[in-house]
Amino acid sequence: MTYDATNRMPQDAVLSVQDVDKTFTLHLQDSHQLPVLRGMTFDVPRGACVVLGGESGAGKSTVIKMVFGSYGADSGRILLRHQDSVMDLVTAQPRQVLAARRETVGYVSQFLRAVPRVPALDVVAEPLVERGVNRAAARERAGELLARLSIPERLWKLPPATFSGGEQQRVNIARGFIIERPLLLLDEPTASLDGRNRGVVIDLIRESLGHGTGMLAIFHDADVRDAVADLTVDVQSFTPVREEVLA
Amino acid sequence: MSGPRIVYNEGYLDEQTKRVVRRALLKGVAIPGFQVPFASREVPMPRGWGTGGVQLTASVIGPADTLKVIDQGADDTTNAVSIRAFFEKVAGADSTTRTDHATIIQTRHRIPETPLTENQIVVYQVPIPEPLRFLEPRETETRRLHALEEYGLMYVKLYEDIAKYGHIAKTYDYPVLVNGRYVMAPSPIPSFDNPKMHQSPALQLFGAGREKRIYAIPPYTDVESLGFEDFPFEPQSFDQSCEICESTEVYLDEVLIDDQGGVMFVCSDTDHCERTLTTRDHDHITEVNA
Amino acid sequence: MNNETPLLSVTGASHRYGERYGCRGVSFDLWPGEVLAVVGESGSGKSTLLGMLAQRLALDEGSIRYRTARQTSASGEGGASEDLLDLSTLSEREVRRLWRTDWGFVHQNAADGLRMHVSAGGNVGEPLMANGWRHFGQIRAEAEEWLRRVEIPTDRTDDAPTLFSGGMRQRVQVARNLVFGPRLVFMDEPTSGLDVSVQARLLDLIRSLVSELGLAVVIVTHDLAVARLISHRTLVMKDGAVIESGLTDRVLDDPQAAYTQLLVSSILQG
Repeated sequence: MTYDATNRMPQDAVLSVQDVDKTFTLHLQDSHQLPVLRGMTFDVPRGACVVLGGESGAGKSTVIKMVFGSYGADSGRILLRHQDSVMDLVTAQPRQVLAARRETVGYVSQFLRAVPRVPALDVVAEPLVERGVNRAAARERAGELLARLSIPERLWKLPPATFSGGEQQRVNIARGFIIERPLLLLDEPTASLDGRNRGVVIDLIRESLGHGTGMLAIFHDADVRDAVADLTVDVQSFTPVREEVLA
Repeated sequence: MSGPRIVYNEGYLDEQTKRVVRRALLKGVAIPGFQVPFASREVPMPRGWGTGGVQLTASVIGPADTLKVIDQGADDTTNAVSIRAFFEKVAGADSTTRTDHATIIQTRHRIPETPLTENQIVVYQVPIPEPLRFLEPRETETRRLHALEEYGLMYVKLYEDIAKYGHIAKTYDYPVLVNGRYVMAPSPIPSFDNPKMHQSPALQLFGAGREKRIYAIPPYTDVESLGFEDFPFEPQSFDQSCEICESTEVYLDEVLIDDQGGVMFVCSDTDHCERTLTTRDHDHITEVNA
Repeated sequence: MNNETPLLSVTGASHRYGERYGCRGVSFDLWPGEVLAVVGESGSGKSTLLGMLAQRLALDEGSIRYRTARQTSASGEGGASEDLLDLSTLSEREVRRLWRTDWGFVHQNAADGLRMHVSAGGNVGEPLMANGWRHFGQIRAEAEEWLRRVEIPTDRTDDAPTLFSGGMRQRVQVARNLVFGPRLVFMDEPTSGLDVSVQARLLDLIRSLVSELGLAVVIVTHDLAVARLISHRTLVMKDGAVIESGLTDRVLDDPQAAYTQLLVSSILQG
């Protein structure tokens, strides 16, 4: 498949991944080449939830990280509709990627990267404050989300570093959903949640989709996946066959 | 039998040396408050005993001059007497203790109470010419700070005083800004004397022999003692008068008078004290006779 | 001035120690609000690079340009517009003006960045006095405000840094370097002499102040965790050259160069 020089992507897509290759070179293991993806191609339409499928180790997280920019891609394009233009994340400068993260791409990972000493309420409110919302209003909105995700109010003033895994994850989800960006990346956000909180997350996802956010997600739980998936992309179909690799 | 009579060059220093000092002086006068390096020579006294002042005096004095030398206000201390005698001998100059008769006044740590005139030169003996030294020991750096007029550091010292004592506690060698440009150490005169330097009709010369620096304030030059807007410079003041001559608004020394710790406050300027006393007694006698 | 012009632009910067290069061919741009970490082990050239940026070491090759208004005696201070100016063309007076108004430097060792026998308030107030502040009450109020921001109790304002712990000294140093509103701050291993818990507190403080004030920062560190916590971008240096650069999380999570992989893996195992 070939593309012309302009960054062309479907009108209704927020993200268009086109012919992306990714190989890890393990210099510490005799420069062993580990091909992960070949010709990865799919779109994420506005207001749709695209779920990445495939076995563990197929490279699902790699795809999410390449879209977020924390992994590089060897070739191909990762086109993102950012503000009024299209940005190719494969070739974008670091500061363009940072601008995209601020305005366009949200990311809820499996683990909260806990910031020491900052109270949970402020961790959640931060993306709003960075957008210029005043702190009081941002905290109020953060409180609503935390309450919805059943984080008891007595924990709001504490830094999440001391919370349980499930609590940390819910803080992380609240932080991810407090502002709506055109694209939201979800990497197993419900992995350690109980049924009730999984339900809340499903509701949050549906609300965001309803507002036009496109999502690219990995779900461990079949019930969540079935509840929100509009499209499924099988990552394994872009994984090089092991025999070919060895050849 | 008497020893051979030694003939000294006028002013003791050789003419070349005097020329070096005078050139430095001219530069100092041209750039008020700027420290001019000079090749400080040996003079017959140890460094730190006023060798800078002596070299300046030697370079400007002539037989027509009348020299007064004071040491913390007093004309009769050993050092003052020796220096006076020295210049009588080597420059053929007259000497005096009277401020109003002197053409050159060499001083250690005071400015006379009697107002100075245009015909006078004051020569200050300076131990440490660099006002920034205590906060910034590197001479290369302090010279830069002067050159670039970066005087924030000087205020740090004053800030620390106010933070610690509630007022600026420095009472001598109080830093001044000369002609709106250079921050200068006025030598360890009491801050009481600082206002006398401002717009003084006399030429003021400063010599640091050990430190090899000369600087100057030409007549009628602005000399501003540093301070903050809300903590301006305040010279020392005394509530009482001299217990000998009853002068007020003069700088007083505290003198122990017995073994029980009794003290009296008297004029530090001995010439001023004597003349005030004489005039008063004279007036008193006149009154009695009338 | 527009947002597309970097604040600092470095091209081919090199410094030689005799015949040998301490740092060679380093290029990068830095924009306001960006924190750039320079990582590498000792001898990698990261301190040499910082020395050149901070005008302490000669720039033998290349250029360092900074966005500022040139102030010439002819044009006066008014009406000057900002340009990228080659620092080598500035006079000493202009460079020192930048140190008073635009640039801060946080040293690894607090004794290099503070007057150890001057009170904390005097240390923080000094840059204000250097910029012409002459009202004691205002200087003190501003110094106290900044000491509060770096979490030094107000009742320690008049104590000298000699009486402070290592972490407190560094925080005073941070306050002294931010009080005058700089746009660019250099930091040389600011946390490396501290206990781990004290380090975290200082880093968090730096992180929040930097984002609040929109500062550009160049921070030199051998500690990848420090780079990850506070920097947006990272340069990895080895043998005087930059061998990898990019978004900090990409450099650390998907390192390309063999040396970076080694560096990252040694940290993770540590």
